[in-house]
Amino acid sequence: MRYLLSGARVLGGEPSDISIEDGVITSVVPGAAGRAGGDPEVVDAAGLVALPGLVDLHTHLREPGREDAETVETGTSAAALGGFTAVHAMANTDPVADTAGVVEQVWRLGREAGHCDVFPVGAVTVGLQGERLAELGAMADSAARVRVFSDDGRCVDDAVLMRRALEYVKAFDGVVAQHAQEPRLTVGAQMNEGELSGRLGLRGWPAVAEEAVIARDCLLAAHVESRLHVCHVSTAGSVEIVRWAKAEGWNVTAEACPHHLLLTDELAATYDPVYKVNPPLRSANDVEALRQGLADGTIDVVATDHAPHPHEDKDCEWQSAAFGMLGLETALSVVQQTMVDTGLIDWAGVAERMSHVPARIGRLSDHGRPIAEGEPANLVLYDPSGSHVVDAMQTASLSRNTPYAGRELPGSVVATFLRGRPTVLDGKLA
Amino acid sequence: MRRHLLSAADLDRPEAELVLQTADELRSLADRPIKKLPALRGRTVVNLFFEDSTRTRISFEAAAKRLSADVINFAAKGSSLSKGESLKDTALTLEAMGADAVVIRHWASGAPHLLANSGWVRSSVVNAGDGTHEHPTQALLDAFTLWRHLGSLDGRRIAIVGDVLHSRVARSNALLLRTLGAEVTLVAPPTLLPVGVDGWGVETSYDVDAVLPKADAVMMLRVQRERMSLEGGGFFPSAREYSRRYGLDSRRMATLQDHTVVMHPGPMIRGMEITADVADSHRSVIVEQVTNGVAVRMAVLYLLLSGNDSGGQA
Repeated sequence: MRYLLSGARVLGGEPSDISIEDGVITSVVPGAAGRAGGDPEVVDAAGLVALPGLVDLHTHLREPGREDAETVETGTSAAALGGFTAVHAMANTDPVADTAGVVEQVWRLGREAGHCDVFPVGAVTVGLQGERLAELGAMADSAARVRVFSDDGRCVDDAVLMRRALEYVKAFDGVVAQHAQEPRLTVGAQMNEGELSGRLGLRGWPAVAEEAVIARDCLLAAHVESRLHVCHVSTAGSVEIVRWAKAEGWNVTAEACPHHLLLTDELAATYDPVYKVNPPLRSANDVEALRQGLADGTIDVVATDHAPHPHEDKDCEWQSAAFGMLGLETALSVVQQTMVDTGLIDWAGVAERMSHVPARIGRLSDHGRPIAEGEPANLVLYDPSGSHVVDAMQTASLSRNTPYAGRELPGSVVATFLRGRPTVLDGKLA
Repeated sequence: MRRHLLSAADLDRPEAELVLQTADELRSLADRPIKKLPALRGRTVVNLFFEDSTRTRISFEAAAKRLSADVINFAAKGSSLSKGESLKDTALTLEAMGADAVVIRHWASGAPHLLANSGWVRSSVVNAGDGTHEHPTQALLDAFTLWRHLGSLDGRRIAIVGDVLHSRVARSNALLLRTLGAEVTLVAPPTLLPVGVDGWGVETSYDVDAVLPKADAVMMLRVQRERMSLEGGGFFPSAREYSRRYGLDSRRMATLQDHTVVMHPGPMIRGMEITADVADSHRSVIVEQVTNGVAVRMAVLYLLLSGNDSGGQA
């Protein structure tokens, strides 16, 4: 199949015609150039921004085990609609993705669904129990070719276990993605610890519980000369620690989630658990620090931490509710609002933080490539004009726990191409 | 008055004073041989208790019955760990039964807020204590008790001593007493003061001996022994050390001004935060607080339910 994306603004630049054939970009011609022979299907991309297909380093697809919340099919549909061509599926499934068998199953489910590529994340420890290393090598050597390892949802808090994990993954160029949360400091924690948590009577999740672990892990990564990735950085202090580690030249990368770039802990005053997430929504000061850190490169990437939960797990007391919020379908709009429309980064900067760099961290060869002749045709066409009001009932995800319901967000994904094949056209699944 | 009472912050000064004045009128009822008014005849008040609290429940029950309301006690006992029927399904059941007011005690902070704002029930919701958040009728009865002893609370100094961190009584009192013009000082070891307490508009102190001589009233809070253990948070080293540094004994009581009263929301742990001789002394108004509790809860139910009339005979 051949496609001509006419008049697309590559990385927000001047209009170009992008030709795609057999899964590869065959030409990128500036200006409204002539039509290639052989009648390609023409997609009118006038005014649309063309970005490389987005890559999410942090997605919960819930399958196997919680197919009532999300499946690989529905989760990757949501991903495609959000402009993603690759997602990393977190390991906290049931059974846990801690063996070659489970990661291969998830990988295969992704291939069968076909909406975007699924790269399973392997658990660092057996059953996420934090006691002994899972068979990281077997997962790395499996058909799923796992390179990112994480106990996400739980912190690898044992220092020696974290050290061994960082050391061990060097053998296959892996990375340990840490959910930084000192467990003893956060027993029963419900929301950001601050004046509001005291007033609301909700147990606090102090910033130091995140920052102390990040600082330790940066030092460990430096000591064993390995690669550390810090998941969902949420505090101003964490940004400072990562900035320091980078200044030292250590191999540390970090991600921020869209919700931490937009929302603050004030929303907890509603006691509506749709705003309950881990790490929690923080203060306006933290939000500003994350935006600045993402703009200046301290925070390398945006990752969604898309965390579907069935309705009954959110339609209850805050304390009983599950942590997490949807993110795949709204990520690009939130990044536009918080980073592009504010002038902090341009569209090339978005491509860097949502495609090129996450692909590099995950060691993906066919994603996060430039939009240029001969490159794999993984692309998203995005309309930054206009806005839409988010409707929780309209999610492709099986779950509805979007914190943006009723909120007006800018822009919309018009089309997504995975290896030259549209997964989304006219804003709908193709 | 408004439809719900979820937080002491819901009440502005005129509203709070209206509750106290109404309670004062209703209190005289307690001295009569027939302690009953027909004000809420035909109305249904549900006491929905997700947490054991005999004294609060019987106080609300007595209040509702003295106003001739029908009372249903619904003890949905549960913990955050045991997942039984959800709050939503319980609420829908009560709605189907036609409750006019739901008095809710819950272990989760914000549960009354959820009940009032979820659209599950049309009834008035009264917070009878939620998690470590608030207990507004306790604050109202405390204010009422203080008002009877001290008159206007303007400029009065109230010391609240004990486990402020976990106390819904302290939160509601800090809010309400400020609204009524009092100056509140929270006294606790630093581990038992919440982060961000500076923003509450109250004074704080770690030194009970410095605060007591200036106080017009001293409110002692219960301190649970399990807070000592590491599982409980390890907030202080021992009961003995706590008592020595923060407990109210006769030596400390001797430093109080002549008119100063001693309060406790109950249940007390004698020998921990308060010694028996203090609890039983002439300064103690602890038993009176219980009597006032019924009057204040009558006032709250009366004002909430007579506002949205559907057969009330007030």
